Amino acid sequence: MSDSYTSYLPAKAPEPNVETQPFWDATAQGRIDLAVCDDCGFIPWYPRLMCPDCQSTSMTWTTMAGTGTVYSYSVTRAGVGRAWKEHLPFVLAYVQLDEGPIMMTNVVACDPDEVEVGMAVTAVFDDTGEGTAIIRFTPTQRDSNE
Amino acid sequence: MAHIAGVYEHPLREIPDKTVAQIHAQVAVGALADAGLTIADVDAYYSAGDAPGFGALSMADYLGLDCHHLNDTETGGSSYLLHVQQAAQAIAAGHIDVALITLAGKPRTGGAGPGGSARFGSAPEAGFENQFGMGVISGYAMAATRHMYEYGTTSAQLAEIKVAASTHAQHNPNAFLKDVVTVDQVLESRMISDPLHLLDACVVTDGGGALVVVSDAVAKRLDRHTIPVLGTGFGFKGMNSGRVDLTHTGARISGPAAFEEAGVTPSDIDYASIYDSFTITVLVTLEDLGFCEKGKGGEFVLDGALQAPYGRLPFNTDGGGLCNNHPANRGGMTKVIEAVRQLRGEAHAEVQVPDCEIALAHGTGGSMATRMGSATLILGRD
Repeated sequence: MSDSYTSYLPAKAPEPNVETQPFWDATAQGRIDLAVCDDCGFIPWYPRLMCPDCQSTSMTWTTMAGTGTVYSYSVTRAGVGRAWKEHLPFVLAYVQLDEGPIMMTNVVACDPDEVEVGMAVTAVFDDTGEGTAIIRFTPTQRDSNE
Repeated sequence: MAHIAGVYEHPLREIPDKTVAQIHAQVAVGALADAGLTIADVDAYYSAGDAPGFGALSMADYLGLDCHHLNDTETGGSSYLLHVQQAAQAIAAGHIDVALITLAGKPRTGGAGPGGSARFGSAPEAGFENQFGMGVISGYAMAATRHMYEYGTTSAQLAEIKVAASTHAQHNPNAFLKDVVTVDQVLESRMISDPLHLLDACVVTDGGGALVVVSDAVAKRLDRHTIPVLGTGFGFKGMNSGRVDLTHTGARISGPAAFEEAGVTPSDIDYASIYDSFTITVLVTLEDLGFCEKGKGGEFVLDGALQAPYGRLPFNTDGGGLCNNHPANRGGMTKVIEAVRQLRGEAHAEVQVPDCEIALAHGTGGSMATRMGSATLILGRD
């Protein structure tokens, strides 16, 4: 994971609440921490403190690897609000983390036309300037020895 | 049994000189007149997120209703089909006799936006979905990308759906887009969000519509050709807590429920109104309703299958949301209205399905990319 990174896409600060504060605090430190159910092991996305599978309220914030694959995507070329217009084209995507959950995100720092379903990606963190970061992904660098 | 006794679609697609409340009132009076009823006959009122202010409370008061049953269920564009189901249930329970359902909005020339999306900022999912520049079309585009990946669906197949809608719209003098387009024209139109082009998307129009649903007793005393509600179904599909699935819709739940209640199968359907916010919405819905196997929607729509009057499954003969009208950014109301026209034999002569006896209307609300409400109606002929 990169700990300092700027994708140049808008990084509007979220509004953490009592349920999601630990998630957002972790993003500022370059981590994806999700609430894992102590009883059944399920990891819901988006994070929440009652397991939607077994209704347990015993959840533990756990750090994910920060790697995954593209489940689907769209290269957006028009039809967005003012804040995003100057960033066209950009890639909207769903990425499946290696631990299972599929999250909405952007794929950044690559040619939009190179993105494809199944592509391996790694998390990057866009600083909002307010103690949080927006999680985006970039194509995983292949090791030259592979 | 419940019957649809009156329908009305606002004829205009740009209404700068009326308020949203005025449009609700215009379509309410229009549908009641179509049924041969008046405001004084209404004992139940249904509205959704497009109703201004306090929703059903504000609008019932504005309309001068004296009713004992209000319902403001909001499931986006499918709300009005769900309202028909709910009205049918209330009629079956003996609570009401005449239900009025209205929709109105002015996304083209200004005015209040629908309620559901306006409340998005306080949603629990808000901070996890509003950071990435997703628009309505790019969400559906991700669904299209995944469908293409899993099943080999092509942009040319999606374009066939727009071609069929435009073939119908040329006969509708009120349609926002009346020109017939070809597959090549769809594929050559501007790419908005890969793989969806401008012509894969519905129109943005002002307008509205209304329905009147009545009991057996009321239907019997009306002169109008009333339409029995044979079956209804509703399905919710969300993100399943991160187990996202972009290739299915809630129609997998609403469709079988409606078919079972009506005692018919997809092969019995003479005409179908299918929610068409985008071409991909139609293709996936046809699969989920059982008109073809999962993944075969792209083949199903070829060879003019959706074109009236003689295609395998004539659909959206008013031109649909893709060409005719998508009032308030919600296409469910007009889906019911055109199905009723077909069953009454009042569709345009060029697109009227001969001997149309059983029709289906389907609505999709919310987003295929995140969370949606799907509603299906099976309608018959008395």
